[in-house]
Parts: sequence; structure tokens; C-alpha cells
Amino acid sequence: MMDQLIFSAEVFLNGLMTGVMYSLVALGFVLIFKASGVFNYAQGVLALFAALTLVGIMDGQVPFRHLINAMFGTHLENFGWTVGPVLAILLTAGVMVILAILIEKLVLQHLVGQEPIILFMATIGLAYFLEGLGDVMWGADIKTLDVGLPQGISETIEQVTANWFGYGFFIDRLDIWATIIAALLVAALVAFSQYTKQGRAMRAVADDHQAALSVGISLQFIWIMVWSIAGFVALVAGIMWGTKSGVQFSLSLIALKALPVLMLGGFTSIPGAIVGGLIIGVGEKLFEFWIGPLVGGATENWFAYVLALIFLVFRPQGLFGERIIERV
Amino acid sequence: MFYREAGDFKTSYRDDGQTFPIRLDRFGYYAILGVAAMVVPFVINDYWASAVLLPFLIYAIASLGLNILTGYAGQVSLGTGGFMAVGAYAVYKLMTAFPDISILIHILLAGGITAMVGIAFGLPSLRIKGFYLAVATLAAQFFLVWLFNKVPWFYNYSASGQITAPERTVLGWAVTGPAASPAAKYLVCLAFVFLAAWIARNLTRGMIGRKWMAIRDMDIAAEIIGVNPLTAKLSAFGVSSFFVGISGALLFAVYLGAAEVGEAFGINKSFLVLFMVIIGGLGSIFGSFAGAAFMVLMPVLLKNLLVGTLGWPTDLAAYIELMIVGALIIFFLIVEPHGLARLWRLVKEKLRLWPFPH
Repeated sequence: MMDQLIFSAEVFLNGLMTGVMYSLVALGFVLIFKASGVFNYAQGVLALFAALTLVGIMDGQVPFRHLINAMFGTHLENFGWTVGPVLAILLTAGVMVILAILIEKLVLQHLVGQEPIILFMATIGLAYFLEGLGDVMWGADIKTLDVGLPQGISETIEQVTANWFGYGFFIDRLDIWATIIAALLVAALVAFSQYTKQGRAMRAVADDHQAALSVGISLQFIWIMVWSIAGFVALVAGIMWGTKSGVQFSLSLIALKALPVLMLGGFTSIPGAIVGGLIIGVGEKLFEFWIGPLVGGATENWFAYVLALIFLVFRPQGLFGERIIERV
Repeated sequence: MFYREAGDFKTSYRDDGQTFPIRLDRFGYYAILGVAAMVVPFVINDYWASAVLLPFLIYAIASLGLNILTGYAGQVSLGTGGFMAVGAYAVYKLMTAFPDISILIHILLAGGITAMVGIAFGLPSLRIKGFYLAVATLAAQFFLVWLFNKVPWFYNYSASGQITAPERTVLGWAVTGPAASPAAKYLVCLAFVFLAAWIARNLTRGMIGRKWMAIRDMDIAAEIIGVNPLTAKLSAFGVSSFFVGISGALLFAVYLGAAEVGEAFGINKSFLVLFMVIIGGLGSIFGSFAGAAFMVLMPVLLKNLLVGTLGWPTDLAAYIELMIVGALIIFFLIVEPHGLARLWRLVKEKLRLWPFPH
């Protein structure tokens, strides 16, 4: 019985860490949704794209080499240099900003004032496009990403818990770092949206495009800014997930995990994304631990969705979401 | 010039309200149907059946189903793949449990079972709407796929976890299993497509269809004018899932022959059908066909062009296909939100006036 409790506690902690990772992706969603009313399905693919670009820059890969090789019969591989992690991250951030500008110019500008569901479907199209682009640009093989974040089991925690409970908890050091970085990121984002002029403008745009335009806020600038920030958050998420499980297609599927997180937390709330992420992370790990063996396992695939679905039936706006008021 | 309706006068409401009010359209439709039923089965070969015609017909049914739900009733669903899986597994269980009953009945029953599952997952639509609902339907997608993967009863405890269609005949012709001829498979699919399109067309222009459209356009206002949102939404989910289930059953039993749920009915299938509906045109029967044809033909053409003609590697062609699909979705949403169906309508209007520009 005691063992079960301790195991559960460990599962709980691991769930918290996973939840933080979900929150990181969910944050990107919330940011874009708050600022433009766009529900950005492409956030996961953005993370994948950022991670691919980061690896590509670090290894000095020639972009589009497969395409160029196929078109001209050449055998390009690498430029032959490698780039340090810090510079590579900065360069990737630059690429994400360019991407944000392009998305704004080519897609969003033409969809101002459309229904949310149309914008949502446009981002699904965007996700497909970016996925193809990322693969064509950098190749689809699984890549390892190492920007110098510590990895592996944390001995300190194992020691301490072993002394306390007689059983060492297994906690990945990467998860701890992810938690710290996520906390910093959230603090910075909240401060930005609450205390700066651009942040206020961002919230104004989210409330009402037309009204924001009429008081002289540049919609274009705000959207580019928000998508750049979302690209940056995607980069951070991409680094974390990429370091954890390699840069590969499945990375873009974590976006699908972030969706129930958002439904639970409410689409417009940054704290909601965090709390929702933690609930889903802990919930699915505990459910898998307790109920999983009884029903054949792999419940993590659907638990988050079903939980969110049941929750939504009772509280359609999510935990922290704004109440939806509809009038005819 | 080519397309005229001058002299095509209606003298009764009945004439005016029919599906193809223009004579040219009507004869064109009969001609296409005649060719599809009388000519194609004799010239069909394996390549055309498996690469183009069967997937087109089967996805056209799924696309009709999703179009009813999304295009007519305004409820976005990302669970299509899961509901297709329900149809496939239902028909598999029925085929193996009652081998003496005709497969056609099994397929219809599979549609019915899917309709019930669809209604169950459609219940939350009464409380949540828009993309909240779209995400909620993902619950159906993932839960159903997991269920069919984990519960051995659904795949009859087979060792591989796959389901394989046994041979079944219609009027003495094998339509499932390895011995089935392309013409037999094609004709079965064609019959179901005809039936589905006919039902869909007549439902959507009748009272139920008007209720769906009222709900789509503004649900609260619709409720005020006397549309019951409960029955309207759930009937949309039911009818839509019925079609999707039939298409899943056909996809598994007639087209694939064997299926593994994660591969054949994953989330990508949901998106594929959604794209068909968007590209073809939301809220249009013709659009469902156009979208299905487009999404089935485009990869074939691209593959022939890039891999066959230019000699590029297959994986590169697949990524470029992804990019093109994505770009097209965005393009259609920006330029022509009503999809190919709207383009077709524009062409008809131009042809009516041709050669005069105005």
C-alpha cells in the first residue's frame, strides 16, 4: 500500500513535468488566440519547424538540399561549418520572425474579419504547408538536438527521496529545466501583456479588431509581433521536446495534446494554459498508472480529450475562460 | 452558347423545385450516370479502379457525410476518421457473425451503427460549438481508434490485430476479398454513392436541410423561430455519421480488404475528408464530389509528374504534395471560400452569357 502511494507520488511528479511541457505548447496557442482571435492549429508544426531549423543551422545543413539535388542532380550536403547553440537559437528566432511576417502578409491579411472557424481551417492548411516545407528544407530523418541542456536522471532528487521514503524518485533533469524555463517564459509573457504598450495594444486587438484599428493600433504590426512571439515560444517548446525525444514528425502531434489543455483551461487565459497543462499532465499519467493496466494501456492517447470533453459539457468556457455571451 | 436555359420554362412549382431545373444539366447528369453505370464497368482495369475510381467514390460518400455536418449544419468535426473506423469494424463484425446475410445489408447496418455512435459523440454539440466542438470531436477520433486497437473482440482476436474482409458475393459476383473483380467493386461503390447523393440532396433541400442551415447560420436565432436545436444538431450528426460509416465500411471491405485501425483511420483521414469538403465547397453536394475527385486525383497526378516524369525521390514528392495541399487550403479559404463548387457555378454563368462579357 505504501509502495503504491510512493509510486503514485512519483507518477504525479512526472505528470507535473509533462504538464509543464504541454503548457509550453499551449501558451503559444493562447498568445495567438488572445491577440488575433485565431485558433492556431499550426502551433505544433511551428515547434517542429523551429526545432528542424535549429538543428539545420547548428549542423550547417544546406536548406532545400534534397530538392536542389533532385532538380539539378548535385550532391549537396552540408556547408561544412557548425554554429554554436546560442547563435543558432538567435538565427532560428530570426527565421521565426520572418515566418511570422510572411504568414501575416500572405495569409492573415486576407482573412481579417472572417469567422473564427475559417481562420482555424486556414491554420490547418498552414500546418500542412509548414510540415511539407520543413521536410523539404531540412529533410525528414530523425535528428538529435543538443543545445547543452542537462539530461538524464537527477541524482540529487533520487538521493533526497531515497533518504526520505527509502525509494529514489526518477525525475529527468531536462524536465526540471523545462519547468524553470517555462516559469520564466510565462512570467515574461504576463508582464509583457500587462505592463507594456504593445501588450495592451495586443489585448485591445483581441477584444475587437475594428475598435483597435479605429484608435490607431496597427493590426498588421500586432499580428506580426504576436506570431513572432508565438514562433519564439514554439522554438522553446521545440528545443525542450526535441532534446527530450528527438526532432521528428511526432513533435508536431504534441499540438494535438495542447488542444485539450486549452479546452480545459480556457482559450484566452495564460494561467489557464498552465493549470490545464498540469491537470492534463498529472491526470493522464495517474490514469494510465491506475486504470491503464485494467483496460489495456495507452490511455494517454485519448484521456486528455475525453476529460476535456466531459469538463466542457459542464463548463463550456473552460476553467478560466471568459464567459461566452451570445445575442441575436 | 454552350450552356443555355432560354426556352426552358417552368409551368409548375414541381418543375421549378426539382434537383436539376435546367434541362441541359438534367441530361448531362443522366449521361454521366449512364456512362458510369454502363460503360465504365466494361473498360475498368485494376489500376484505374484502385488508384482513382474506388477511392474517389468512397471518399465522395465520406465527404457528403461531413459536408452535411459541417457545410449544412455548421458543426465542424475532426472525428471523421474515427467514425469511418466504426463503419469498418461494424461491417467486419457483421460479415463474420452473419455470413449468410447480404453484404449490402451489412454495409447499411454498419452505417446505422455509426450513426448511433455519431449521435452519442454529437451530444456535447448542444453545449459547445465552433472550434471547441471541433476539438471535442477529436476525443471521438482518438478514443475510437484506441478502442478498436485495444479490445480484441472488435478484431475477432486475430493475432496481427488487423481486420481482413472475407469473400462475400452480391448476385453471385464476389465484391470483397481477393477474388473480387474491379468492375464488381466499382459497381457496388457506385450504387452506394448514387444512393448517398440522392438522399443527401433530398434531405438538404427539404425541411430538415432548412433547419440545419438555420442552425448553421445562427443557432440562437434559429431556436427563436422554432427550430429545435436538439433534433436539428443530432439529426445532422446522425445522417452525417451514417454516410461516413458507409464510406468506412466500403473503404475497408471493398477497397482495402484489410485494415489496421491506426493506419487506415487515423487523424490524417479526418483532415483529408475535411479538406475535400473545404476545397470542394462547404454546403454543396456537387462540391463533395469535386473535392473528393480533387484530393484523390492530385496526389496521383503529382506522383506521376514528379516521380514518373522528373524522376524525383518519392519522399520528396510526398512533402511537396503536403505543401501544395496546405497552400491550396489557404488559397481556397482566401480566394474562394465556397470552393470548387462556386468556381463551377461561375463557369456556368460565364457560359450562359458567352460570347458576350456582360
